[in-house]
Amino acid sequence: MTSPIPDPIAAGLEAGWKVIDASTVRQDLMLEADVVIVGSGAGGGVTAEILSQAGLKVIIVEEGALKSSRDFKMREADAYPNLYQESAARKTKDKAINILQGRTVGGSTTVNWTSSFRTPPDTLAWWQQRYGLKDYTVQDLAPWFAMMEERLHINDWLTPPNANNSLLGEGAKKLGISYGHIRRNVNGCWNLGACGMGCPTNAKQSMLVTTIPAALAQGATLLTRTRAERFALQGGRAERLDCSALTADGIEASGRRITLRARHFVVSGGAINSPALLLRSGAPDPQRLLGKRTFLHPVTVSAATYAQPVEAFAGAPQTVYSDHFLHTAPVDGPIGYKLEVAPMHPLISATALAGFGTAHADLMRRYAHMQGMLALLRDGFHEQAPGGSVGLHSDGSPVLDYPVSDYVWDGVRRSLLTMAEIQFAAGAQTVLPTHEQATGYASWEQARKAIAELPMRKLQTRILSAHVMGGCAMSADERGGVTDPQGRYRGIANLSVHDGSLFPTSIGANPQLSIFGIVAKLASGLAEELTGRPAPNPAPQPLV
Amino acid sequence: MQRRSFLKAGVLGAMALAAGGALYRQLNPPQLERYALDAGARTIVAVLVPAIAGPVLPQEAAARRAAIDGAVQRVAGAIAGLPLTTQKEVADLFALLSLAPARRLLTGIGDWQSATPQQLAEFLQGWRSHRLAMLQTAYQALHDLVLGAWYADPSSWTALGYPGPLQELSA
Repeated sequence: MTSPIPDPIAAGLEAGWKVIDASTVRQDLMLEADVVIVGSGAGGGVTAEILSQAGLKVIIVEEGALKSSRDFKMREADAYPNLYQESAARKTKDKAINILQGRTVGGSTTVNWTSSFRTPPDTLAWWQQRYGLKDYTVQDLAPWFAMMEERLHINDWLTPPNANNSLLGEGAKKLGISYGHIRRNVNGCWNLGACGMGCPTNAKQSMLVTTIPAALAQGATLLTRTRAERFALQGGRAERLDCSALTADGIEASGRRITLRARHFVVSGGAINSPALLLRSGAPDPQRLLGKRTFLHPVTVSAATYAQPVEAFAGAPQTVYSDHFLHTAPVDGPIGYKLEVAPMHPLISATALAGFGTAHADLMRRYAHMQGMLALLRDGFHEQAPGGSVGLHSDGSPVLDYPVSDYVWDGVRRSLLTMAEIQFAAGAQTVLPTHEQATGYASWEQARKAIAELPMRKLQTRILSAHVMGGCAMSADERGGVTDPQGRYRGIANLSVHDGSLFPTSIGANPQLSIFGIVAKLASGLAEELTGRPAPNPAPQPLV
Repeated sequence: MQRRSFLKAGVLGAMALAAGGALYRQLNPPQLERYALDAGARTIVAVLVPAIAGPVLPQEAAARRAAIDGAVQRVAGAIAGLPLTTQKEVADLFALLSLAPARRLLTGIGDWQSATPQQLAEFLQGWRSHRLAMLQTAYQALHDLVLGAWYADPSSWTALGYPGPLQELSA
C-alpha cells in the first residue's frame, strides 16, 4: 500500500498516540479514565476533542478499525466491508430499507458525502414547541454552528457542480423550483468523488483527520475493534462499561474482555447502536421511549438517462439541493422532502437498480449517461410518521423495525413524481424510479401516469437511508424523551448521549452539522461541569 | 409443473417452512457461526451469475468460466463480511436452494446445472414478485450479492465507461 499523500494517522501513531487495536490484545484489559466515549463519529469525535482539550483523560471506544488515507483506495469492494456497518448492507427488520452507516474511526463522517447544513429553523421551532427545547433556537445555536464550521472548514464550494448535480439545478430552474448549493467540510478537495469510500487525500474534514487526532494529541486513548456490550448500572450510576474485543475482521468477539471505568460516560454510537447499548444495559425507561421514534429520512431514488454523458461517479458527490418540497406545506402537513443527487459508483448503482438479466444489463450499458436523484423524506413531524423502534436480536445485536404508513407512502409517490418531472425538464431521455415494477419511461406524461399507478409497498419500492436519528430523544419533560436538553440520560446520573439519537424528530437536512454543533454545545457544558472551568474553544490543531 | 401451480405450491410450502423454521428456532436458539459457501452453494451461485447479471459475461468458454469463478469468489467474500446473524440467514437460503424437495417446490427448478435460462428467469421473477415477503427478500439478497460481486470487479468497468479510481492514489 503506497500513497503519495502524507497520512496524518500514520504520523500520529509513529509519534506515540495511544491507540489499542483490541483484536491484537492477548489478555483481558481494565482501563480507567475521566470520561469514556462510545463511538468516534460526529458526536464522539467532537466530544473527544472538547473534553480532552479541557484537560480530561478520555478513552474513545470504536467498534470499527482505524483506517486512513493510505488504506482508502476508492474501491467499493474494499470500502463497504471495511468502513460501513454490516458491509453497507444493514437493513431494517423486514429488509425493506437499506441503511448506510459508517463503522470505522470517524464513523459516518469518514464515509459521508460532506453535505453540511445547519439545522433548519422550522425543525428547531418544532423542538421548542413540542419538546420544550427552549435553548435550541437559531440564535442560541448559531455560535456553535459557526465554531464547528470554522473547525471543520465548512464553506461554500466554489468549483462548478458535476453534471449529476447540475442536472438537478437545471431541471429545477426550468420548473421554477428553488434550489441552492451545498456547503462542504473540505480543505483542498481534489473533486474526485470518492468521499463514500474514505477520502484518499485527507481533504474531507471528517472526525478521522480533525477532532480524533486532536484528542489523541492531547493524550486520549483510542480503542478500536472494541464493542461496547453493556453498562453495569448501580444506584442510578454507570459503574463500568463492559466491552468485547473483536476479531481482526470485526465479525465476532475474540473472547478477550475489556472493562472500562470512568467518572462519566458518553454514548455516541449513532441512532441504532446507542439505543441498543442502553437497551442491553437495562437503562431506566419508565415511559418506554428508549429506541423509539427512530428516524431515517427515508430516501427514494430516481435514475434518468441523458443523451450526453453524466459520469455521476466523478466530482464532488453532493453540491446542489432543493428544499422547495419541504416548504410547500406546513411542517406537519403532507410529508415534505429534500432533493439531492447520489454519486453513482458501479457496485452501489448496480445493486440499487432493480431487475436482472437482459433488462438490468441494458440499464448498465447506459451507466455513464445516468443521473441518480434522491428525495429525503422528513419523518417525525406527523403522527403517521412516528419513525421506527430499535430492538435486539437474540445475540444482542441491534435491529430497527421501521413501519411505513400510507402517509409516508404518499410522500414516496409524490417524490418519485417530482424527481421524474425535474429529470425530464433537464432533458432526460428516460426516467426510471427504483421500483420493482417500474420500467424506463420515455416522457413526463408517460411517467406521470405510470408512477401514479405503481403499488407503494415495501420491497417493491426501493427505500434507502443514510441518516439515522432519534431513539434517545431530548425533551424538557421526562414524558417526551429519555434525555434532557443537556443530553443527560434520565435516571443515570453520569451518562450522556451525544449523537444524532438525541434528535426528537428527523432534521430535514443531512444531519452531520446538526450533530457537530449541538454536540459541541453539550460537550462544552459537560467539560465545564466536570472541570469547573470554562470549556476550551476547539481550534484547528497541529496534528502531531 | 406449470409456473402458476409451482408458485401456489410455493406459497404453502414456504409458509410451512417458515412456520417450521420459527418453531425450530424457538426451541433451539441459533448458534451463530461463520458461514462459508460450500461446493453446492457455489454451484448455485455460478448458475445465478449469468442469470442475474445478464448478457455481460464473456462468450468464450474459458473466459466465461473464469469470470463466473471470480464472481462466485467475490460473493463468498461478501458473505464472509456480513454480521453473523445475516450469515445465518444466507446459510438458510442456500440450504433451501440446495434441498431438492424444497427447491422444486419453491423455485420449480429440478437441478441447478441443467436449469435453462428460461427456468432461471421464471424462478427469479417469481420470487421478485412473490406474495411472501420472505421470498422477495431472498430474491433481493441474490440480486445484491450477484450484481455487487459482478460490478465490484474492474473487469466489468470498461463496458460501463467507468474509468476506475485515480491510479496515482489507488496503487
